[in-house]
Amino acid sequence: MRIFALALLASAFAVSAMADEKPVQLKEGPGLDKVEANCGGCHSLDYLVMNSPFPTATLWDAEVTKMIKAFGAPIEETDAKTVADYLKKYYGR
Amino acid sequence: MSSPLFRSIDPHRLTQARQAHHETVARAMSRRRFLAGTGAASIAALGPNGFGSARAGAVGLNLPSQLPEGTRATAVLDALPGKKPLIKLSYRPPNYETPIEYFRTAITPNDAFFVRYHLSNIPEVDAETWKVAVGGEGANGQNDFTLDDLKKMPAIEVIAVNQCSGNRRGLFQPPVPGVEWGYGAMGCARWKGARLKDVLDKVGVKKEAIEIVFDGADGPVVDKTPDFIKSIPVWKAMEDNTLIAYEMNGQPLPHFNGFPARIIVPGWTGTYWVKHVTSIKAVTKPETGFWMNPAYRIPVGKFSLVARFVSQETAVNVPITEMVVNSLITSHVEGASVRAGFPITIGGIAWDAGYGITTVELSTDAGKTWQRAKLGKELGRFAFRTFAYSFTPRSKGRRIVMARAANKIGQTQTSELILNPAGYHHNLIHSVAINVA
Repeated sequence: MRIFALALLASAFAVSAMADEKPVQLKEGPGLDKVEANCGGCHSLDYLVMNSPFPTATLWDAEVTKMIKAFGAPIEETDAKTVADYLKKYYGR
Repeated sequence: MSSPLFRSIDPHRLTQARQAHHETVARAMSRRRFLAGTGAASIAALGPNGFGSARAGAVGLNLPSQLPEGTRATAVLDALPGKKPLIKLSYRPPNYETPIEYFRTAITPNDAFFVRYHLSNIPEVDAETWKVAVGGEGANGQNDFTLDDLKKMPAIEVIAVNQCSGNRRGLFQPPVPGVEWGYGAMGCARWKGARLKDVLDKVGVKKEAIEIVFDGADGPVVDKTPDFIKSIPVWKAMEDNTLIAYEMNGQPLPHFNGFPARIIVPGWTGTYWVKHVTSIKAVTKPETGFWMNPAYRIPVGKFSLVARFVSQETAVNVPITEMVVNSLITSHVEGASVRAGFPITIGGIAWDAGYGITTVELSTDAGKTWQRAKLGKELGRFAFRTFAYSFTPRSKGRRIVMARAANKIGQTQTSELILNPAGYHHNLIHSVAINVA
């Protein structure tokens, strides 16, 4: 249900206020789809690139947790792990 | 928050604006390449203020080498609707900084003024139906004010620097997560509006009130994300220069700078300058939202600042308040080429929290010796103050030029960065390497 809501949210952005946003292509890899679906609803994906490659694994874990706990991002637990693993592998050190 | 008051942005209109801006970017880029080829781009034309003027079009990314590698990879010149090409750090929410060339004058043009949002839901506000609700449990009454209502009140003008708390965050070593700003998350404009005090006096603030709380029309995408709500102490809200501004440099505020009205808190960092303001509340208890705590905090005892926000202080950290004294060399970008034996003028801007800049010193030998720069006209104690220093480089080679400012209460810039968890208050002495050929 939550995933459905987020997908709706993401598609709403694709056609409305974000018409002028250029797509940000992240590195291909396992989990990229989860990153796009879970992170891209609330912010453009250049946020992730901008904050790289300096984060340690601990820092990426903390950032994902912050998005869920402090910002209320509706990310399922298994997705959260996939997203964090992807970020550590491709945008961490 | 969103309501029927606000129209959503027409994507078609945005597309048209974007195309026009892309052409501007292309022109700017080709001119920049041309100038870079001739070497002329490195030296600003000398103007009456000593060191030149902003050269529209001839702007570059000039990304500082200290920025994280990913920031350098993703930052581009990009124009938002109604804006010149600025340095895009994130598209959504839009975070765009001003290229350094626009800081060759004390006033930053509206269409080059930096853009900073925390949340992605940014409605286009209709000025006709916009109103700000003023009240709260710490007020005696409640009233809505339209734009016309505000304009009927005594109009106050103040020239003031609006600087993001995290300006230069991207230069911190070790890196700090967040928006990785270079030097341009700031600007100085002539703001015009009604005094916040005059508006508050209309509803009456109870003597028990301790904070004034602001909310704007922009909000989160997901309901559970904390809305961007900020408060300031009553004493600051009641100062003569604290405004609800509806004009910026003689024009209505640009959409991306808070149209139709925003809060102006001269001397304090931009976090309190709430855009598209729709609600102003007097309260008798401290505001507890995310954006007051844990966000926008500095550790106790690290910075020698005067203005305090006591109702928000804890044993370990305090809210960020006033800006630290700072300066920036803007006449020459990193790696600029100049000719040996010819006089050059190093210029830039200095600012503080409104105590007043007293001196700017320049070093042309990597900090070994310092000379006083000539200060430009003072446009008010909260404004950028231009400075200029002329000299003739004799020997060829790489030369490090540095600037440092001091203010009336003895505050100076740091020669060693003061580390703090959120990367605030970066006022490390700015240095630029120029090539004397």
